[in-house]
Amino acid sequence: MQLSRYWKRDIVILLVAAFVVAWANGDLEGLLGIPGWQSYTVRIINMCAINTVLALSLNLVNGFTGQFSLGHAGFMALGAYTTALLTMSAAAKDRVFFMTPLVEPLRKLTLPFLPSLILAGLVAGVFSLVVGVPALRLRGDYLGIATLGFAEIIRLVIQNARSVTNGALGLKGIPPVVNLWWTLGAAVLCYLMLKNLISSSYGRAFKSIRENEIAAQAMGIDLFKHKLLAFFISSFWAGVGGGLLASLLTTIDPVQFKFPLTFQVLLMVVLGGMGSLSGSVISATIVTYLMEFLRVVEETHYLGSITIPGVPGLRMVIFSLTLVLVVVWYPKGLMGDRELSAEGLKQLLARFRKAIRLKGESSS
Amino acid sequence: MQLSMFFQHLANAVSLGSLYALVAIGYTMVYGILRLINFAHGDLLMVAAYIVYYGRGMFHLPWPVSIVLAVALTSGTGIIVERAAYRPLRNSPRTTILISAIGVSFLVENLGLVVFGGRPQSFPLPAMFDSGSAKEIAGVRVENITFVIPAVTLLLLLALLHIVHRTKVGMAMRAVARDFDTAGLMGIDVNRIIAVTFAIGSALAAVGGIMWAMKFPQINPLMGMMPGMKCFIAAVFGGIGNILGAVIGGFLLGVAEIMIVAFLPSISGYRDAFAFVILIGTLLLRPTGLLGEKVAEKV
Amino acid sequence: MILEVREMRMQFGGLLAVDRLNLALKQGELVGLIGPNGAGKTTVFNVITGVYAPTRGTITLEGKDITGMRPDLITRMGIARTFQNIRLFSRMSVIENVLVSLHWRLRSGVFDAILQTRKYRDEEAEMRAKAMDLLARVNLDSVADLPAGSLPYGSQRRLEICRALATEPKVLLLDEPAAGMNPAESIELMKFIQKIRDEFGLTILLIEHQMRVVMGISERIVVLDHGVVIAEGTPREVSRNPRVIEAYLGVEQHA
Repeated sequence: MQLSRYWKRDIVILLVAAFVVAWANGDLEGLLGIPGWQSYTVRIINMCAINTVLALSLNLVNGFTGQFSLGHAGFMALGAYTTALLTMSAAAKDRVFFMTPLVEPLRKLTLPFLPSLILAGLVAGVFSLVVGVPALRLRGDYLGIATLGFAEIIRLVIQNARSVTNGALGLKGIPPVVNLWWTLGAAVLCYLMLKNLISSSYGRAFKSIRENEIAAQAMGIDLFKHKLLAFFISSFWAGVGGGLLASLLTTIDPVQFKFPLTFQVLLMVVLGGMGSLSGSVISATIVTYLMEFLRVVEETHYLGSITIPGVPGLRMVIFSLTLVLVVVWYPKGLMGDRELSAEGLKQLLARFRKAIRLKGESSS
Repeated sequence: MQLSMFFQHLANAVSLGSLYALVAIGYTMVYGILRLINFAHGDLLMVAAYIVYYGRGMFHLPWPVSIVLAVALTSGTGIIVERAAYRPLRNSPRTTILISAIGVSFLVENLGLVVFGGRPQSFPLPAMFDSGSAKEIAGVRVENITFVIPAVTLLLLLALLHIVHRTKVGMAMRAVARDFDTAGLMGIDVNRIIAVTFAIGSALAAVGGIMWAMKFPQINPLMGMMPGMKCFIAAVFGGIGNILGAVIGGFLLGVAEIMIVAFLPSISGYRDAFAFVILIGTLLLRPTGLLGEKVAEKV
Repeated sequence: MILEVREMRMQFGGLLAVDRLNLALKQGELVGLIGPNGAGKTTVFNVITGVYAPTRGTITLEGKDITGMRPDLITRMGIARTFQNIRLFSRMSVIENVLVSLHWRLRSGVFDAILQTRKYRDEEAEMRAKAMDLLARVNLDSVADLPAGSLPYGSQRRLEICRALATEPKVLLLDEPAAGMNPAESIELMKFIQKIRDEFGLTILLIEHQMRVVMGISERIVVLDHGVVIAEGTPREVSRNPRVIEAYLGVEQHA
């Protein structure tokens, strides 16, 4: 069978991802002799992968379709709670729901991780339709603030619906099922799905809406249907991302899903480039690493008798300042709306070599 | 419900509504000119409250001095934000400026966390407003601040309306809001007028922030986030770009919030959701708000 | 009559933009809609293509009532348009601009697209071939992969027309296609418009500000002033009509 051009490249990506998993799972601890190094690295790679899923999915709506949504945290919350409630055992649920018992049949229902995660995506997706049908009639900043409002309403419902979500107490003891296979698998799957979608006729319809709504509609594009489609797929992956996060953290509560969570994902999308999938992957990875790396500055350190106090909030100062500076000075972000490709890299290298050669010639 | 209880709620509603109104004015003025949701506007409440807090607590400044200082510095902060984060993007797509505004808002909040610390602080109250000052009127205990807030709001509103409608600067502001480019061609210094708009809006936010802290005397670096969002909603509800609309919108939102919680305590957990419901309802049913004018997009 | 507008009125608040407009296009006709600035020409286009619902009156395409239908559905019924201020998808490539117009005929679902099934790939290849063919006919095939925004002005105008043609219209509405062109370019464009009319069997309604440009190619001209039709007839009749000379040419001479 002849493999399509697309799939060939996709298989390479899959192999690279598999290699990273094997590498991270391998005996690096013994190799490097740093105790705890492996689990720390694995944790960061997990977060990178989840954030990649979140950034990619937000980029589909904000970057490719040009619809400024600020509701990601709400859909993540739906996914996280769905996954948590479906994977926890009846006993674990009874331990957590000691104030108000959980409603039947949720109390006894326990599903394996994969169907729970898919359901998490679908629940978020279905709610995105409920939100999108009214909200996607709005444009620009109004859409942003309306989706932000819907996300906050979702969060407040979760906080108040104690017999389903345990309210403000949150959920504890969520089975820690996720490992690198799950997170990287989701990231790769999400990337491939969006890449194929974006390069297809549907992707062109999305981009035409971003470029000029009135012209797109005049060319026969059903604006509402396509906006809703992009919003659904985006929210599906936000739900899956939320589900992965719930299983990784094993505890969730409504406060986690406030607007700052959406802000973090938005930051990754903007820094990577609105309308670039590879930009989102790179940026999600870098931002996640930096978040972890800079964690040091927020923690108090004891060096013998000297105490260096941590400064909470400093990381977000750095990141929000970066965001403002990037938007003001380099609004296209890392990648603009271009993609990283083998040909692009080759061209870049060729130009680099040529520059070096020219320099060599001029100096000689 | 007892009549006295009702009046208690009414007094609270009026003062909360006045606070919302005062802050909503800043949103509506900036939106009217730049078509921008100034996300950082709400955080100016926090900035002003902390300046007074430190002015009183650390430097022992007299009340009038610390209040004037807070209003001036907050006003300056507003101007700096516009100059640094919005002006360079004047010709960018609107969502780009919005992203910048969201970034600035998070920057201010987190700078607040770093500088002021995350722990809530109790705001010092002048003697005339402390808890002992509450008066009993017809069986209702009402604190002095509850009267002061609507009065101050009304005074500032009158002053603002005077500026906007009776002075040269105000006329320029209205011209810039109506048509940016033409106003520039007519010889109006657009940048200066925008700076003035931010200065006035931020000063009003500062007064709002100080009174907010006097009414709810626990301050923290994130205190401006929710009120900010709600006041923007109030401005949309009243008709964005319209000062009187913002005041009416803010007032109605505050009154509605208090009264709904008072009459339907079972849904009090959803108090913060109420504003967003109003927002979505307004945008869908009457996107121009109560007093807004319809602007058709040119095809 | 392929397109018929009856007693159309468009009112924006207190402003009466167009009133009592009657317009009938025969199959294959090329009709010019002219008038001074602000006469309501573009408003007529916007009402016909569904951007605005008329305050009063009806629009029928081949006898079917399309009044107040959504713009994308009207396009699918067979009315395509260009815009006075060019509205290309400027960050997309030239061929992608044309492909967008073919999207509504796509039979593959979104899952076919995501999974890149044989069905989808075949359709995509078909669409690309069709788009390239169209681009060749307007002489833009050599720049197919460039961003549309990077094209020179004249090519952008032609791409807009090409993109409209890709929706396979019966009626084509052109909104000041010669705007910003010098006389030589305008004449060339008018020849091009006549050519595509014949090749694609189109009925064309053409808005033009400069009267001279449409004179040569229109079979019939409708003159609009202050939202009402003040004259209608062959170019020769219209250009001799005293009301036209007074209302329209008078303004033009001063401008």
